[in-house]
Amino acid sequence: MTDRRLLSIKAYEDIDKEIAKYPVERKSSAVMAALAIAQNEAGWVSEQVVEDVAAYLDMRPIAVWEVATFYGMYNLEKTGRSKLAICTNLPCALQGANKTVDQLKAKLGIDFNQTSSDGAVTLKEAECMGACGDAPVVIINDREMRGKIGVEVVDSLVEELKLR
Amino acid sequence: MITSNPPFPVNSYGPDAVIMKDIDGLNWNLSEYEKRGGYQALRKILVEGMSPEDVIAEVKKSALRGRGGAGFSTGLKWSFMPKGEGQKYVVCNSDEGEPGTFKDRDLLRYNPHIVIEGMAIAAYAIRASVGYNYIHGEIWEVYERFEEALEEARAAGFLGNQIMGSQFAFDLYAHHGFGAYICGEETALLESIEGKKGQPRFKPPFPASYGLYGCPTTINNTETFAAVPSLILEGADAYLSLGKPNNGGTKIFSVSGDVVRPGNYEVRLGTPFADLLEMAGGMRDGNDLKAVIPGGSSMPVLPAEVMMATDMDYDSIAKAGSMLGSGAVIVMDETRCMVRCLLRLSYFYHEESCGQCTPCREGTGWLYRLVKRIQNGTGEDGDIDKLLSLSDNIGGRTICALGDAAALPVKSFIEHFRPEFEYLIKYKKSQVESI
Repeated sequence: MTDRRLLSIKAYEDIDKEIAKYPVERKSSAVMAALAIAQNEAGWVSEQVVEDVAAYLDMRPIAVWEVATFYGMYNLEKTGRSKLAICTNLPCALQGANKTVDQLKAKLGIDFNQTSSDGAVTLKEAECMGACGDAPVVIINDREMRGKIGVEVVDSLVEELKLR
Repeated sequence: MITSNPPFPVNSYGPDAVIMKDIDGLNWNLSEYEKRGGYQALRKILVEGMSPEDVIAEVKKSALRGRGGAGFSTGLKWSFMPKGEGQKYVVCNSDEGEPGTFKDRDLLRYNPHIVIEGMAIAAYAIRASVGYNYIHGEIWEVYERFEEALEEARAAGFLGNQIMGSQFAFDLYAHHGFGAYICGEETALLESIEGKKGQPRFKPPFPASYGLYGCPTTINNTETFAAVPSLILEGADAYLSLGKPNNGGTKIFSVSGDVVRPGNYEVRLGTPFADLLEMAGGMRDGNDLKAVIPGGSSMPVLPAEVMMATDMDYDSIAKAGSMLGSGAVIVMDETRCMVRCLLRLSYFYHEESCGQCTPCREGTGWLYRLVKRIQNGTGEDGDIDKLLSLSDNIGGRTICALGDAAALPVKSFIEHFRPEFEYLIKYKKSQVESI
């Protein structure tokens, strides 16, 4: 795969590790992991990413599109430097998630699905993250979960993300 | 790496904990697990010699029931697997996204090897040579930790070929989700591992005859597998006696909402709800208990007086009018508007419907819009009956249980708190303060 340029060599190595988990004739089982690896590096799932992953896994691009559009954590558009997803489901709401959301929106000057004017943060509303004991819960760029995000820590969280 | 919370006191999960006994948040790795007696159950089976049939009989006798939601007998499920040759799979459902449920996350980050050992024992019992653990994509750091634990188990010879010198071979891999609640449904999960949209399959055929890649497959919840090692080691009778007849063992309850200490508590099945509430520190701010969803957001809500008289086991909660489900206990106090609580749940099912069946795809949206207009003061006379009729026309008319899961909260919230809905329609404002 020496002529591939879209992702780094490390990314393709990581995808190869995922492919190795499944029977040889079932490479498409690695599509979710491959898209996540690509998103982590490229920031979002572009048309080029879909076509590259499809070619790499011997899949039709439409089959990869089906996966990319079905699962909520794939970014089908560019995001700010940090994608901040906050859960507002009932257990988080009972711990004040809606107040956290109001404060985040005010501090960032944006609504859900918008990006702050400095390009630092895209705010997303999310469903249950399976961490309700630490409610309210947020996830930064898919991989970093933070718990107990009450209104009192919103300012410092936003300052931290703006420096990234 | 996982940086939050630990270490914590070893008895944090409660004095009767079995699965989470002696867990302090740091002692997750292989050497620590072995110090706690880890992999001794697998050794008992492989070295002292228990046949697959012996293992299944023991699990059946223990009255271990599925910890993911349905509460089906684990031993019986394993016995459905065909006995002949050919590729078979064991799959762990760690796609924990049922609102209120957060036990599998703790299990996988603080005690991952107990899940690996439980899966290996299951694989031996059903004669599977390969397994997958499907982990919720939102808990990425936990997925990475599970990968680390798998590496440890492979290096130590607990996974791979000729495990502990026997002829038993088992390979286990982790697969992550990426934001789709529906993949917690077992056949949607299989579709997802196959690299497709997570849309549930018609049943029958059940996974035991047509599962992953069309091969016989057993799927259990993370906590179900985690219960297996001590059950084998201590024996089915000892395990059963931890709980009560037909409800064997301990159960991890995820307590969230208006309590002083939200968290996971592992108690004997049959423990009174009042005791569980006390373990969680009781009600926050001294408020009165109003309502509890005892088994995850898909289960019927129950009023305070019913819950306070109920024990936490499958049969008692069913008798009280709900289900134990995943063991997610969502506690709501007197300041909560039940219409607003239901609104958030209805939005969730509308958002997460996979779109395959019309009653669910269209009906969940309709439910959400009706609850929304009642909540925002534009509801009309007849809306409550419309909600009930709609719920009846979704439940039982879809391929999977998501349709029922959307309908049950609506019906139960109206059944127990109808005056709040009526007040909002009549006076255009909530009877109580809102969340």
